[in-house]
Amino acid sequence: MPNTPAAIERHTIAVIVDNEPGVLARVIGLFSGRGYNIESLTVAETDAAKHQSRITIVTTGTPMVIEQIKAQLDRLVPVHRVSDLTQEGAHVARELALVKVISKGNERVEALRIADIFRAKAIDSTIGSFVFEITGSGEKIDAFVNLMVPLGLAEVSRTGIVAIARGETRM
Amino acid sequence: MVRVPKLPLFREDPKMSTAPDAKLAQDTAPLSGAEIVLKALAEQGVDVIFGYPGGAVLPIYDALFQQNSVRHILVRAEAGAVHAAEGYARSTGKVGVVLVTSGPGATNAVTGLVDALMDSIPLVCLAGQVPTHLIGNDAFQEADTTGITRPATKHNYLVKDVKNLSKTIHEAFHVARSGRPGPVVIDLPKDVLMAKTEYAPAPAKAHPTYAPRTEPDPKAIAQAVDLMLGAKRPILYTGGGIVNSGPDASAALIELAHLTGFPTTSTLMGLGAMPAADPLFLGMLGMHGTYEANLTMHGCDVMVNLGARFDDRVTGRLNAFSPNSKKIHADIDPSSINKNVRVDVPVVGDAGKIVRAMIAEWKRRVSAGAKPDKKALADWWTQIEQWRKRDCLAYMRSTDIVKPQYALERLQALTAHRDDVYISTEVGQHQMWAAQFMKFQKPNRWMTSGGLGTMGYGLPAAMGVQIAHPDALCIDVAGEASILMNIQELSTIVQYRLPVKTFILNNQYMGMVRQWQELLHGSRYSESYMDALPDFVKLAEAFGCVGLRATKVSEVDDVIKEMIAVKRPVVVDMCVDQKENCFPMIPSGAAHNEMILGPSDKQPGTGGASNGKGPISEEGMVLV
Ligand SMILES: Cc1ncc(C[n+]2csc(CCOP(=O)(O)OP(=O)(O)O)c2C)c(N)n1
Ligand SMILES: [Mg+2]
Repeated sequence: MPNTPAAIERHTIAVIVDNEPGVLARVIGLFSGRGYNIESLTVAETDAAKHQSRITIVTTGTPMVIEQIKAQLDRLVPVHRVSDLTQEGAHVARELALVKVISKGNERVEALRIADIFRAKAIDSTIGSFVFEITGSGEKIDAFVNLMVPLGLAEVSRTGIVAIARGETRM
Repeated sequence: MVRVPKLPLFREDPKMSTAPDAKLAQDTAPLSGAEIVLKALAEQGVDVIFGYPGGAVLPIYDALFQQNSVRHILVRAEAGAVHAAEGYARSTGKVGVVLVTSGPGATNAVTGLVDALMDSIPLVCLAGQVPTHLIGNDAFQEADTTGITRPATKHNYLVKDVKNLSKTIHEAFHVARSGRPGPVVIDLPKDVLMAKTEYAPAPAKAHPTYAPRTEPDPKAIAQAVDLMLGAKRPILYTGGGIVNSGPDASAALIELAHLTGFPTTSTLMGLGAMPAADPLFLGMLGMHGTYEANLTMHGCDVMVNLGARFDDRVTGRLNAFSPNSKKIHADIDPSSINKNVRVDVPVVGDAGKIVRAMIAEWKRRVSAGAKPDKKALADWWTQIEQWRKRDCLAYMRSTDIVKPQYALERLQALTAHRDDVYISTEVGQHQMWAAQFMKFQKPNRWMTSGGLGTMGYGLPAAMGVQIAHPDALCIDVAGEASILMNIQELSTIVQYRLPVKTFILNNQYMGMVRQWQELLHGSRYSESYMDALPDFVKLAEAFGCVGLRATKVSEVDDVIKEMIAVKRPVVVDMCVDQKENCFPMIPSGAAHNEMILGPSDKQPGTGGASNGKGPISEEGMVLV
């Protein structure tokens, strides 16, 4: 079978790992060492009793590369499970962002109005600034951030995607 | 020609004279970290470790001195320790163990670790580290050993609390030997080695989740055997996975080959799994593989890869690799599957278990009426015999100057009657000639640096083999350039009275580099010639070995016989033709049917092969 070039796909992969020192470095080192892309990566402990963390990685590559990434992740010793949410069916994915806007007068009013449309909450406010909290898909956050540019956008902090399969399946 | 120096003074191991391991006998008393290390090694069945002392590991050396269950071999450089442990592991199937100090001790070990990683050799390397409170402080002889060795190991550990020490060591052995074997580093801060706690024996389950799959999926086996039964032009392409699986996997492979009648080839790492003398064996495949093996791979319709990894030395140009075959790939490492070559039927599991399952399934299907295409197979063999007749390993004979191939043919002939010959090599032309001309009839008899191609591997590897097999004939087939990379280990060999034979094919060139320069860079021999080589006979004598030299064909047999007869370490300076090249050769970026054959080949380029000069593309030039 000759190898023909294949299309680039984006996949969201969930990984359950032992929450031990160096585990994230191993995962990241794997990506950097082997030249795989990371679009986003989030990690936090999800089971304190078992010392387990869940890592959500959004990555891109050809189907062969994606298969490699999963196989390479799976062979790391502290990795318990790897689940390709994109491949395995429907899933929900969300990102949270904190967006700081510094402006006065009309711009300030307009920023608040748009935040309302996007259901972003103002979680900090001074006479001259707001910090909005917004959750949603990556695209929704992109759109919101773009609208804030002319209205005094100062800083953005984003979590990266967290995702989970729909329905009764569990990982 | 033959010079035998007087016996050197052998020093006795000082620890041999000292007494019992009383401290390790009692089970409940708290032990120091260093004592725990030794107790855990003993529990893991370790009888020998290869090491070199230094400040950070002095507590372990002190504990070593006070026990007798683990023997320590004092190498002359840490690189030697790792390769020796590799040789030990590869020739026994056990885990090789290394002990080095912090900083430079650990960094000197890195090449060997990567070597073991590439060739799937199980190792545990214990490295000293500065005390925990100094880590990150640029302390004396501090190195970020876990950071440095993360991509150099299968897994690594930094033990920060003596309470985790026993558990970590047991786990490290489990990780090193299970699944696809590999090297594991345990970084041991000095304060952890001095702190005391109770020893914890190896648990029944060494790791809660890490348990690679070894049993193949019966559905995959059925699909594989489907393809095999329908094959008209099959081949078994076997690799190091068969050797790593153990002697039964080799026995199973022979059974499968004879049950099916399939032609069989092997990678560099798999040599010996199928006896070289077996009529079904086509020799090694790949860059310097045989004409018949490579053309059989190229023309097959069903390829059964058993424990090999489609390495680039084997596949040649990927888009022309065996273009018309269905491919079955048996591998214990799922990440090997579809890495380089897309396959039709992946089978994940232990190579030996997979072969056994294939045999059972084949028998079941045949007794249920399935009929393999015997006529097509017979035609295939007729074609293969045609290719075999090309006699691709033929070389221009000489009656005076020693051809390197001739020296190895004689070495093979004069050792063929023995069942206990272990060959290691360095890296270069001599390595490829050894793979072509030494005939391995059993697994675990061949130690070579395949994936990494580490010059300096062979001498310490032979030393490790000899430690494991004291009465065997252990020969390092070397090049004069490579041997200088770990020559210091001759001193270790003399200290422990190891009768290792160093067989240098001295062509006064980095022959493999020279060959590439000849073929790819207009014969501009840039820095591939060394002007001031040592007198290897005198060098041997200076170390306390026997030095022998042959310069003409008429001296070859006598020197080899003498080398074998002397029950001492011997270095042979076999002065060979400087200009000989290693053929057949598939240049980088070329396909299996674009092989270059040697100058003695008479036929014009049948099957795409050409003699002397080959099709080397621009793309091929950038490849290694
Ligand atoms: C540590 C290391 N450095 C460089 C190389 C690249 N290299 C491969 S073969 C070779 C020449 C080996 O010369 P020699 O040992 O004399 O063997 P010959 O090819 O002449 O048989 C070199 C430099 C290597 N494989 N390993
Ligand atoms: Mg040479």
